[in-house]
Amino acid sequence: MSTTFEPARTEQQSNYLNVDYGWKSWLFTTDHKRIALLYLFSITFFFLIGGAFAVGMRLNLVSPNGLFQADTYNKLFTMHGIIMVFFFLVPSIPAVLGNFLIPIMIGARDLAFPRINLLSWYIYILGGAFAITAALKGGVDTGWTFYAPFSTTYSNTHVILTAIGVFVAGFSSILTGLNFIVTIHKMRAPGMTWGRLPLFVWGHYATSIIQVLGTPVIAITLVLLGLERILHAGIFDPNDGGDPILFQHLFWFYSHPAVYIMILPGMAVISEVVACFSRKSVFGYGFIAFSSIAIAVLGFLVWGHHLFVAGQSMYASTVFSLLSFMVAVPSAIKIFNWTATMYRGSISFETPMLYAFGFIGLFTIGGLTGLVLATMALDVHLTDTYFVIAHFHYVMVGGMVMAYMGGLHFWFPKITGRMYPEGWAKFAALVIFVGFNLTFFPQFLLGYLGMPRRYHAYAPEFQVLNVMSSAGASILGVGYLLPMIYLAWAWRKGPVAPQNPWNAKGLEWEQSPTPPPTYNFDEPPVVTEPAYNYAEEEAADG
Amino acid sequence: MGRLSLFPPQASTTAAEVDALYVFVIGVSVIMTVLIFFCVFLFAVKYRRRDPGERPKPIHGSIPLEIAWSVIPFAIMLVMFAWGTELYYKNYTPPANTYDVYVTGKQWMWKIQHPDGQREINELHVPTGRPVKLTLASEDAIHSFYVPAFRIKHDVVPGQYETLWFQATIPGRYHIFCAEYCGTGHASMGGWVTVMDPASFENWLAGGSSGLSSMKDRGEVLFAQYGCATCHAQDGSGRGPSLRNVFGHPVQLEDGRVITADEAFMRESILNPPAKVVAGYKRDTMPVFQGQISEENLLQLIVYIKSLSETEAAPAAKGAAK
Amino acid sequence: MADSDVIRMESASAGQVRHHFDTADQQFDSSTLGMWVFLLTEVMFFGGMFGSYTVYRNMYPEAFASTSHFMNVTMGGINTAVLICSSLTMVLAVHSAQIGSKKLLILFLILTLILGCVFLGIKYVEYHEKWVDHHIPGPGFRYEDAQYAHQAQILFFLYFAMTGMHALHMIVGAGLLTTLIVMALRNRFSASWYTPVEMIGLYWHFVDIVWIFLFPLLYLIGHTK
Repeated sequence: MSTTFEPARTEQQSNYLNVDYGWKSWLFTTDHKRIALLYLFSITFFFLIGGAFAVGMRLNLVSPNGLFQADTYNKLFTMHGIIMVFFFLVPSIPAVLGNFLIPIMIGARDLAFPRINLLSWYIYILGGAFAITAALKGGVDTGWTFYAPFSTTYSNTHVILTAIGVFVAGFSSILTGLNFIVTIHKMRAPGMTWGRLPLFVWGHYATSIIQVLGTPVIAITLVLLGLERILHAGIFDPNDGGDPILFQHLFWFYSHPAVYIMILPGMAVISEVVACFSRKSVFGYGFIAFSSIAIAVLGFLVWGHHLFVAGQSMYASTVFSLLSFMVAVPSAIKIFNWTATMYRGSISFETPMLYAFGFIGLFTIGGLTGLVLATMALDVHLTDTYFVIAHFHYVMVGGMVMAYMGGLHFWFPKITGRMYPEGWAKFAALVIFVGFNLTFFPQFLLGYLGMPRRYHAYAPEFQVLNVMSSAGASILGVGYLLPMIYLAWAWRKGPVAPQNPWNAKGLEWEQSPTPPPTYNFDEPPVVTEPAYNYAEEEAADG
Repeated sequence: MGRLSLFPPQASTTAAEVDALYVFVIGVSVIMTVLIFFCVFLFAVKYRRRDPGERPKPIHGSIPLEIAWSVIPFAIMLVMFAWGTELYYKNYTPPANTYDVYVTGKQWMWKIQHPDGQREINELHVPTGRPVKLTLASEDAIHSFYVPAFRIKHDVVPGQYETLWFQATIPGRYHIFCAEYCGTGHASMGGWVTVMDPASFENWLAGGSSGLSSMKDRGEVLFAQYGCATCHAQDGSGRGPSLRNVFGHPVQLEDGRVITADEAFMRESILNPPAKVVAGYKRDTMPVFQGQISEENLLQLIVYIKSLSETEAAPAAKGAAK
Repeated sequence: MADSDVIRMESASAGQVRHHFDTADQQFDSSTLGMWVFLLTEVMFFGGMFGSYTVYRNMYPEAFASTSHFMNVTMGGINTAVLICSSLTMVLAVHSAQIGSKKLLILFLILTLILGCVFLGIKYVEYHEKWVDHHIPGPGFRYEDAQYAHQAQILFFLYFAMTGMHALHMIVGAGLLTTLIVMALRNRFSASWYTPVEMIGLYWHFVDIVWIFLFPLLYLIGHTK
C-alpha cells in the first residue's frame, strides 16, 4: 500500500455510514451516498440474476442439440439481455459511482434534487419488480430487442409485463441523468470551472445527455408496442398496413445511444484510474472531455447501422455506415490519450490499474471489431451472428464491467472506509480477464463461421468453440463471485483505510474525509488548481 | 468436428471478395491492437514506479499528436468504408438475366418455388456459374435468409419483398440459416443449399418437373380464379389497366409520380390498390386483397404478371395486339 | 417578469433554501434548469409519436386525409381556444405569485384548473363519439371508407396514443394545479418564493404547445384544399 501523509484514521469519526443505523434511515434517505449504496446492492442483485441466466445459456450450448427446450433457452437469453442491459449496465456506474462521487468531485453537498434521486431508485426497484414478476410467471421470449411483429403478434409470453418493467426503469434513468445535468451545471464549488472538472464528471455529463434525450423514445416505443399487442391495430403489423421496420428505427434510436450510456461512464472511470496510477495529469484533457460529448452527439446519428440487412434504403445505410466510422474516432482518441498519459509516468499496479489495463485492451478489441461491423459488406455476413455477440460483450463486459470493477476497487476505501485485500483482488482481476477472453474470443470465430445468434441448438461443427466458450464462462463466473466475497468481508473486517490510500488528486480524496460525512465536506471546498495536478504545480502553470 | 477453420467454405463469387475485405479490416485492427498493447506494455514496464515519492513531470498534451491520431485512423477507416460500401452495393444489386427463385419464410421453415414449378422445403437446388436471384417473402414474423458459405444474408420482412442474389461456384451442400430470431423453432429453421453443376441441375429440374405446372401457369389460374381477368383484360378494354407490358416499365400515377412497376409495386397494388393508383383509373374500383391471398400464391400471380411483359420479345405471343 | 430577479435577490434570507444549496438563486436556477431538461425529455417522448405519425402520413396521405371528416373540428377548435386561454390564466397566476397576491394567485390557478377540466370534458365527449362510431382501434374498429380501413386504423391508433398521452399530461397537470391551490391556501407562497408555481407553469405551457401541434396534424389534414 502506498504511503500516506495523514495520521491513521479512527473508526469513531462521524460519517454518512454511522450517522444512523435504522432501516428508515436507509429507505427514506436523501443522501446521495446512501442512495448510491442502495443502487449498489440492487444492481448487484440484478447482476446475479442476469448472470444466472447466462450460466443457463452457456450450459445449454455445451451440446449441439441444446440441453434445454428451445423455449426455455429463448427465455434465458431474452431475460439475460433485458436484466443485464436495462437493470445492470445502464444504471451501474452512473447510479452507483456517479451518484456517490459527482457531488463530492465538484464540491457539492448533494445532488441538486435529493428527493428525486431517491425517487429514481424506487422507480428502478418498481421496474425491476415488474421484470422479475414477468420472469417468475414464465418469462418472455422476444429477445431483448422486442422486434415486432413477433413481439406484438406471435409471442405468447409476458411481453407487456416485461415492457412495463423496462418502461418504468427508463424513468429512473431519465431522472438520474436530469439530476446529474443540473448538479453539474449549478452546484460546482467556487473555482471548479468546466475546464477543471474531473473527466469522470465530463463522462457522466455526456451520459446524462443521452439518458435524457434517448430514454423517452424507447419509453414511447414500448407504449406503442404494448398497445399494439393488446389492440392489434396494425401500427407495426404489415398485414394491417403497418411497418415493422419503423419499430426497429424507434428501438435503435434509443438502444444504440444506450450502448454509449453504458460505455461512457466506464471511460470516465478509466480516465481517473489511469491518471492516478500513472501519477500524471491526463494527456489531452480537453480532447478526452470533448470526445465524450462528441460520442454522445454522434451516437444519436448511427442507429441505422443495425438495419443494413433489414431492407433499409441502401443510401441511408451508406450514410449510417460513414457516421458509424466517424463515431469510432472519439473512442480512438480516448484510447490514445490514456496510453499517452502513461508515457513517462510513475506507474504502479494496484488492482484498479489492472482493471484499467484490461479495459484498454478489451475495449480496443471491442471497438475495432465495431469497425468490421460498420463495414457494410462485412456486416451483411456478420450481423445476427456470434460475431456481434462477441463484439458487444467485448465492449460491455470487457469494457464497461471491467471499468465498473476497477472503479469499485478504486473508490472502495472512500465508500466503506476500509481497504480490500490486494492479493485476492489482483487474483480475481486475473481470473476475470482470462475467463472473459476464453468465453468471448471463440465467439468471434463462431460468428465468422456463420453461427447465428439466439440458437438453442447448432450445427455440430460449431461445438468445439462453443465448449471453449462455456468453459471460459465458468471461469468468468468464479471471477465475479470472488470480489463479492472478499469485498463483503473487507467491508466489515478489512483494515481501516487511510484518508487517501492512492495519493490521488481530486476533491473526493483531498478535501472530503474518508468515508465522507453526510454533507461531504467539513468546510466548503474551494478549487484552486486544474484536475490531475499530480506534479503539484502552481495553478498558473497550466 | 476435428478441423477448425477460421472461414466458412467460399462457395460463391462474392465469398472471396468479402473474405479479402475481412482480412484487410482485421489486419488493420490487429496492427492497431498490437501497437496499442505494445505501447501500454512498454510504458507499464519502463515507467513502473520505482520510488514511492516519484513525481513525474506533467505532459498536458500535444495538438499535432491529437490531430495525427484522429485523422490517420479516420483516413484508414474511409478506405474500409469505401471498399465495404462498394462491395455492399455490388452484392445487393442483382445482375440481369438471373435464374429466379422465390422463397417464403414461415415459422419455422423455408418454402421455395422454382419458376418451372418445383417446390422444396428447407432445400434449395441451384446451378453453378449462373446468377440466382431470390425473392424473399415472409408469412409471419421477420426472418432472415442466411447462407454463410455465400456470405449473403437478408432479412425477410413481412409485408414487403426483399431480394438477394448470388452466383454459386463450387458444387456441394451448404447451410441455410434463419438469422433473425423468430420464435420457438428459430434454431431449426434452416436447411441446405445444394449447388450442382449446370448439367446435373438441368437433370434435377427435368426430373422433378413432369406433371408440375410452372409458377406462371399457376399464376394464370389464380388470375382467373380471383376474378382479376374480368377487369384487367389484356386488350385494355376492362375497367382496370391492361397488365401487358407493365412489369418493369414506368407507370404514371394519378398524383403525377412516375414509378417503375416492380415486384413491390405489384404486391402493393394487389393487396392494397388505393395506395398507388395508375393515372386515369378510379381509386375505388378494385377490392382490397390484403389477407385474402397467401404469400406463395401472390408470388405465383406476380410471376404470371411478369410473364405478360416478357412476351413483347416473342411476337408469337397469344392474346390480342395492343 | 423583469423584476423577478430583484425579488429573488431579496429572498436569500427567506429560509426556503434547502440544506444543500448555498443561495436561493442557486436553488431557483437549479429548479428552472431541471424543469427545462425534463421538458426536453417530454419533447423526445412525444417526438417518438410525431415521428411515427410523419412516417405513416407519408405512406398513406389520402387515408390520413380521409379521417379528418370524422374528427370533430369544432370541438377540437374550442379545445384549442380553451387551452390558449388556460395558458394565459397560468401566466397571470405566475404574475400574481410574483407580486405576492394570494387572492389573485388562487383565482387564476382555479381558472386554469377549470379550463383544464373543460378541455378534458370536451375530450371525453370526442372520445365517446369515436366509441359510438367504432373508431377505437382494435377488433371492433369499423371504417366507413372500406378502401382505407387498415390505414385509417393506424391514424386512429396514433390519434388515441397522442391525444391520450396528452390528456394524461393534462390530468397530471390538473393534479399539480390542485396541489398548488392547496399550497397557496396554506400561505406557502410569497413574493420571494413561488418556484413551484413557475415550474408547473412551464409544464402547463409545454402541454399546451403539444396540443397546438396535435390539433392541425390530427384534425385539419383533410382540410387543406
